[in-house]
Amino acid sequence: MSALTGFFGSKKGIVATGLFIGVVAAVLQKLGNPANMGICVACMERDIAGALGFHRAAVVQYIRPEIIGFVLGALIAALAFREFRARSGSAPMVRFILGFFAMVGALVFLGCPWRALLRLAGGDGNAIVGLAGLFTGVGIGVLFIRSGYSLGASKKTYTAAGWLMPVVMIALLLLLLGNTVWGASKSLVYPEPDKFAPFFSEKGPGSQYAPLAISLGAALIIGFLAQRTRFCTMGAVRDVMLMREMHLMWGVIALVVGAFVTNYVLGQFNPGFAGQPVAHTAHVWNFGGMMLSGLAFALAGGCPGRQLFLSGEGDGDAAIFVMGMIVGAGFAHNFATASSPAGPGLWGPASVVAGLAVCLVIGFTMRQKA
Amino acid sequence: MAEKLDMRGLSCPQPVFETKKKIELMGSGTLEVLVDSGTSRDNVTRLAESKGWNVSIKEQDDEFTLTLSK
Repeated sequence: MSALTGFFGSKKGIVATGLFIGVVAAVLQKLGNPANMGICVACMERDIAGALGFHRAAVVQYIRPEIIGFVLGALIAALAFREFRARSGSAPMVRFILGFFAMVGALVFLGCPWRALLRLAGGDGNAIVGLAGLFTGVGIGVLFIRSGYSLGASKKTYTAAGWLMPVVMIALLLLLLGNTVWGASKSLVYPEPDKFAPFFSEKGPGSQYAPLAISLGAALIIGFLAQRTRFCTMGAVRDVMLMREMHLMWGVIALVVGAFVTNYVLGQFNPGFAGQPVAHTAHVWNFGGMMLSGLAFALAGGCPGRQLFLSGEGDGDAAIFVMGMIVGAGFAHNFATASSPAGPGLWGPASVVAGLAVCLVIGFTMRQKA
Repeated sequence: MAEKLDMRGLSCPQPVFETKKKIELMGSGTLEVLVDSGTSRDNVTRLAESKGWNVSIKEQDDEFTLTLSK
């Protein structure tokens, strides 16, 4: 067990994890997931929000098994290596708001950091603009961390409290299975099933998905590996800026290389800016959206993937961040802040400005005096 | 008397960042860092070893005492 722990903590471990995620994401696209969206934590949580009826964008509604697998895979790893620790109480409402605006920003860009990397690996030039925004946002967060920003310590709590998020994910899995492979439960329950959740897109990205068992299996493995190696896209950028520490960055680089090579082999690499799948070319808002997300992730201590893995190992504060993201997704589509391939939504730019203002206030006011 | 840093409950990067500041300030000596997650244990250990400090780890009741020395 200790040899395994050593491997996961090593450079080889993080590189293997990044490679695995990159290859799997590209393969999931081949098997049915939307283009350059083999894995996108923000998009997939948004699809879940839609499936539950929290927004009415009919093209992005599906209970994505990848999200479920990430949390449960991390749970299995945490239990196997005795790292499951129920904890919470570090500024939960702040984390909720940070999750909310992280999602608002991600949906202006159309993707979380994972998807930004996958878009890059698929040849989407707009991803470069988004990643520049992400680096800028994390950079601002690093300045706050340097000047004493902290959301304070969490506390140990009841073991059952740490299980809540995994149980939510099991419930979502049952809802998904009940309305897909096991039949259509809701049509047995409601006289007018179309009016009631869960909703599943009939066209658009929400209707595109890889076979459930493959998505779930791949996500369980990713959740397991990422829990062990602490894989985090935001953390990679942050650690380089804050401490000149490259460890996590090797994982990110490996992800891009893995996805690029796989895309190339599968004929999924299409370089360019215009007409890229589920993307737009409004550079200012591609930059601004990801800058907002990057800042929110840095202030909350993890990218959306990492927050899912933490929630699987008992971190209630990370779970609250995830809930903030899901609510943010509902808001973004209900209030026209989310972009579409045609460009930013009506209130997209305003929501980015408002989100940045809120994050700056959080950064400036929540600093511990040395 | 070893210097102490209580990082329990704090999430990364704080434990690593505070440890880094502290050992750079100390230059050499002995520092005890208290953490309560595997992530913090691994990150602080990796940082300290990369700076040439020896690390010994003691686990008790889900908490870790990392003794850094140089």
